[in-house]
Amino acid sequence: MTASAEAPGTAETMVEVRDVHKVFGRGHDAVHVLKGVSLDVPRGSVTVVLGPSGSGKSTLLRCVNELEEITAGSIHVGGDLMGYRRDDKGVLHRLHPKVIAKQRSRIGMVFQRFHLFPHKTALENVMEAPVQVRGLSKAEARRRGLELLDRVGLAERAEFYPAQLSGGQQQRVAIARALAMDPELMLFDEPTSALDPELVGEVLAVMQDLARSGMTMIVVTHEIGFAREVADHVVFMDDGVIVEEGAPADVLDNPSEPRLRDFLAHVL
Amino acid sequence: MEDRPSGQLPEPLHARPVPRPGRWVSAVVVLVLVAMAVNALVTNPNFRWDTVWLYLRDVVVVRGVGWTLVLTFGSMAIAIVLAVLLAVMRRSDNPVMRSVSWFWIWFFRGTPIYTQLVFWGLLSVLYPRLSLGIPFGPEFWTFTTQDVITAFWAALIGLAFNESAYLAEIVRAGLSSVDPGQTEAAKALGMKDAKILRRIVLPQAMRVIVPPTGNETISMLKTTSLVLAIPFTLELTYATNQIGSRIFQPIPLLIVAALWYLLITSVLMIGQHYLERFYGRGFDGGRTGRGGRGPRGGRKPRKQDLIGASGTTKDDPFLEVTP
Ligand SMILES: Nc1ncnc2c1ncn2[C@@H]1O[C@H](COP(=O)(O)OP(=O)(O)OP(=O)(O)O)[C@@H](O)[C@H]1O
Ligand SMILES: [Mg+2]
Repeated sequence: MTASAEAPGTAETMVEVRDVHKVFGRGHDAVHVLKGVSLDVPRGSVTVVLGPSGSGKSTLLRCVNELEEITAGSIHVGGDLMGYRRDDKGVLHRLHPKVIAKQRSRIGMVFQRFHLFPHKTALENVMEAPVQVRGLSKAEARRRGLELLDRVGLAERAEFYPAQLSGGQQQRVAIARALAMDPELMLFDEPTSALDPELVGEVLAVMQDLARSGMTMIVVTHEIGFAREVADHVVFMDDGVIVEEGAPADVLDNPSEPRLRDFLAHVL
Repeated sequence: MEDRPSGQLPEPLHARPVPRPGRWVSAVVVLVLVAMAVNALVTNPNFRWDTVWLYLRDVVVVRGVGWTLVLTFGSMAIAIVLAVLLAVMRRSDNPVMRSVSWFWIWFFRGTPIYTQLVFWGLLSVLYPRLSLGIPFGPEFWTFTTQDVITAFWAALIGLAFNESAYLAEIVRAGLSSVDPGQTEAAKALGMKDAKILRRIVLPQAMRVIVPPTGNETISMLKTTSLVLAIPFTLELTYATNQIGSRIFQPIPLLIVAALWYLLITSVLMIGQHYLERFYGRGFDGGRTGRGGRGPRGGRKPRKQDLIGASGTTKDDPFLEVTP
């Protein structure tokens, strides 16, 4: 664990999800996607989220990052309530988009389909947020950007456009782009699901390296091998609730829940 | 993890091309037709090519070209700014903004440009004085309409407002052609909405916006001739028509105007080509990429088709184009 863990005022628990509900739409079209999810992610730990399609894994990540507004419950990241402010009288106020943007900038997110900016080179992708959000100088952002691209093994591809890179390379650039904001938390939503099998390894290697460096991570993935090797905590979701969680060895090798046994039989 | 391009390039195959007699036949046919057309144009004395050549460089005509260009680019510039504003308002979650944008587009697309121009010209008759103030309340600032809205400004504003309505729809189509994932990725990095629009979404939307906007500009070039409705009488068509009737040779002067319009259109088309290339960077496998080093060999294009370049914007076939 890094020194920042002992910094004053920051909680030991990086992410605290409390009884979160998410309902899409209203009236007859309402879909209850998250039905009371609670989750604690200690600073510097790796949590892997498993679950069948449609169980609400992506929605949970998107709520943590404020890309979706939660319907009920609360989410704290690094001790801060996400998206809202509670005043002295206990009344809840929605935060201004600017403040929410600031909260988001501390959280890195990696998407299944990369979402690199296609009109910018790999290096420009990595430099964009530090320059535009942090106000870093171009030269400084460039130096940091090259450093990060080197860290994900792509220093020589800095001037390439996303369309000139393989899927695995694109996803590694996306990871570098998220790291450029010095996040205290990284969210991965099925980062290897859009990749050809032979490209999965290179992305997982970068993620494993990141975990070793002490980054707090929540990873939605179907890579059971990665969960077994890298995760500190494994969570199994089904139909909007967490059905089973625990250490990888317990959850993956001795599942008590029949739905999880079923799921594992299908993925393995 | 790093893969380098291989050094030695193989000797390319030498094969005879497929014979294409159709090309030769069509070339001959087209050549004959072109020769006939040129002959019909040049040898007909009614066209008075000497007059055409004389007035092509006439001071009044060249000044008309200048005014036409000023009106075209001026009104397009104003229209583009308005159109981006209107398109963003149309997509905003503020219902007031959405309605204003909808109404503006409805009104300016729904009434004839000629009528609009006549009204702009009549503004100083309809409202001799304009004032800024609270409706039905005190006025803070009053001025004579004629002094501010001259014929030129009436022409410029009339053309620009009308055009903004058409362009707004083009911009809107462009904005919605960009994958929402782009906005999400930018949001996740902590970027604010205005910045996301300016740095991420608009540059990608330009790929879809530029071609129809080039079309609109060329169309505007000729729409400027309608400002005689105001009346504004300095632009190309009015100038040439006037000379034509004065010297009783309307046809050569029509040709003069047509030649100038053709020339300007050609220049605009060249400009459009370079604009398209600029905004297409990163989208065509990097042929225009600044990196210069070509893309990696075509290993596994399957996934790239899905997630690579073209995946992020879809070309919208339902783009609005002015008739
Ligand atoms: N914007 C939305 N509006 C309505 N329903 C939505 C929306 N987003 C997600 N859903 C629904 O929420 C449910 C959970 O979606 P989610 O993407 O979180 O699942 P997931 O566990 O990530 O699945 P997958 O493994 O397929 O990615 C799905 O039934 C989906 O249809
Ligand atoms: Mg998902």
